[in-house]
Amino acid sequence: MSDQKIPVTVLTGYLGAGKTTLLNRILTEPHGKRYAVIVNEFGEIGIDNDLVVGADEEIFEMNNGCICCTVRGDLIRILEGLMKRKGKFDAIIVETTGLADPAPVAQTFFVDADVQTAARLDAVVTVADAKWLADRLKDAPEAKNQIAFADVIVINKTDLVTPQELREVKARIRAINPYAKLHETVKANVPLDAVLGRNAFDLDRILEIEPEFLHADDHDHDHDHDHHHGHDHHHGHDHHHHGGLKHFHDEHMQSVAMEIPGDVNPEKFLPWINDLTQAHGPAILRSKGILAFTNEPKRFVFQGVHMILDGDVQREWKPGEKRTSKIVFIGRDLPEKEIREGFLACKA
Amino acid sequence: MTDSSLTAHVAPIDAGAHVVAAGFLGPTPALAMADGATLIGEPGATRRGLPHPGAAMLVAACDGARLVTGADDGRIVSTDAAGAVTEIADESGRWIDALALREDGAVAWSAARTVRARDAKGEVKSWAAPSSVRGLSFMPKGYRLAVAHYGGASLWFPNAAASPERLEWKGSHLDVTVSPDGRFCVTSMQENALHGWRIVDKANMRMTGYPAKTRSLSWSYDGNWLATSGAEACIVWPFKDKDGPMGKAPRECGVRPARVSACAFHPAALIVAIGYEDGWIMLVRLTDASEIPVRSTPVEARAGAITALVWDRAGKRLVFGAADGAAGVLTLPAA
Repeated sequence: MSDQKIPVTVLTGYLGAGKTTLLNRILTEPHGKRYAVIVNEFGEIGIDNDLVVGADEEIFEMNNGCICCTVRGDLIRILEGLMKRKGKFDAIIVETTGLADPAPVAQTFFVDADVQTAARLDAVVTVADAKWLADRLKDAPEAKNQIAFADVIVINKTDLVTPQELREVKARIRAINPYAKLHETVKANVPLDAVLGRNAFDLDRILEIEPEFLHADDHDHDHDHDHHHGHDHHHGHDHHHHGGLKHFHDEHMQSVAMEIPGDVNPEKFLPWINDLTQAHGPAILRSKGILAFTNEPKRFVFQGVHMILDGDVQREWKPGEKRTSKIVFIGRDLPEKEIREGFLACKA
Repeated sequence: MTDSSLTAHVAPIDAGAHVVAAGFLGPTPALAMADGATLIGEPGATRRGLPHPGAAMLVAACDGARLVTGADDGRIVSTDAAGAVTEIADESGRWIDALALREDGAVAWSAARTVRARDAKGEVKSWAAPSSVRGLSFMPKGYRLAVAHYGGASLWFPNAAASPERLEWKGSHLDVTVSPDGRFCVTSMQENALHGWRIVDKANMRMTGYPAKTRSLSWSYDGNWLATSGAEACIVWPFKDKDGPMGKAPRECGVRPARVSACAFHPAALIVAIGYEDGWIMLVRLTDASEIPVRSTPVEARAGAITALVWDRAGKRLVFGAADGAAGVLTLPAA
């Protein structure tokens, strides 16, 4: 069934980072796919496509007592209308304004049953300006949200910075989001299959939860770090030095990752993760986990956006594969101690 | 009515695309499809029209004299029984999100936040709603329009300078309808619930318990009942009393293992036509809950949901359309 759902790519990025350049590339390159594009500033950008729809970014709270459960009402309306053209396009791209929070867009795909039947969120792609991102991370909380939320980050305009500046901006991105795929580009010239068809929200495609470290091209001992970093938390408190690369610590946005090398008790874990995301939903932007449940031959995987969790058993643990349980949270001022103690208490 | 099936009295029509709306133009069945086309005529003798070439039909409504359609080309077009088309408005490519007709010839529509009402003489008045509009409905008395939007509904007199009367309730309101006696305004909501207001004192009423959104609402001819879709039965709320459905349980008609996607009360009897997500249609009499199948599709056919269901004025014929492009007309046998 899931392949019949229309994939939706959310394209975010601060003003001037190069979102429109990337969008125009997606629409003009010969790939045989037809896209419906939902843009926020209708008519302002010269997009040559049959199916361009102007959106209003109308965000509203769901009446379910959950303050962070906001959705994009206009998107529900537009997707309902687009389904009347079913068969005329293969995928949808939602471009958000530079100041937009990606969460309401993403949550729309989990909260609205009609949207869920028709479409699936493929990935959140954030375009960042190599030269100005560091400044925006300081003065624009929206820019930080977009980085923290992303599955794929395109660092654009790398020709305008020195290699040193580029390393620094990458380190700043990693301090916030060690899990997104990073691509360095000039004029948003990223291969399109790196931004489209990612299945980032597909539980079946959650294979590994490993931070993407600064694969510093110029240092050879990076590999050692990769291994042991998997079970560590990645914000600045543990100042590992990646071959002299600076390791930044973002004051408010960070990730917390943990591993229990073995099984967890589902009777403890499931209520715990529900309570945690209910209590700290506004702080937790994204969450993900692969777990070995006691007496369960299959891997349990989950992923979440704020309070909305989606989880299920996936493939079987392979013979010889080590049964282990990993979780990761990306968020704002995360209650790290509570998360660590709570997760450890779920150990089987 | 006898308890025998009416399936033999249904004449099918191949509409070719998702049916957005249906109705009768005089005695003649009429359908509006998602591919921008219309189909007017008796089964086997339909004429195809294309009021919206290359566009997707988003909304349509039929008042007995004209089939009015709105599409993602931003145009609103009226088609009569002879198939003659008249363009009513062009919103320059902005999607037409909602549409309502008044029997005197007035038309109202919305595109995002803009609401326009065009009276029978052709004079157009506009109002900017506080947010995007999902539902419009003319009120039974006076030239007044109910508008559903985020945060509630508004009751707008297009010919009055005064700002519309606001009925407030937090959340996103989709479709809107006003009871035939003008006492109650009811909206369907994003949260699988209905919200109602007693207009005179704006008293709120919540109608909850639906597993899905309600997108079809129909009043009984006497105005005492409101039939609704969105559950595995047609949920019928009592509106006879002063307090409407407050503190009262609704009737559940035509319980089946499939969700109700459309419903239409008969124009002269307490009988509701119910369309389901699996393409079934049943008639259910409210007084004794007796059920008569009109259309039963085998499970393996994976038939589309019933998306349009409308009685003719005399209550002798029922036109329907489905998401898979199937359509048809039931003609009740002479009693």
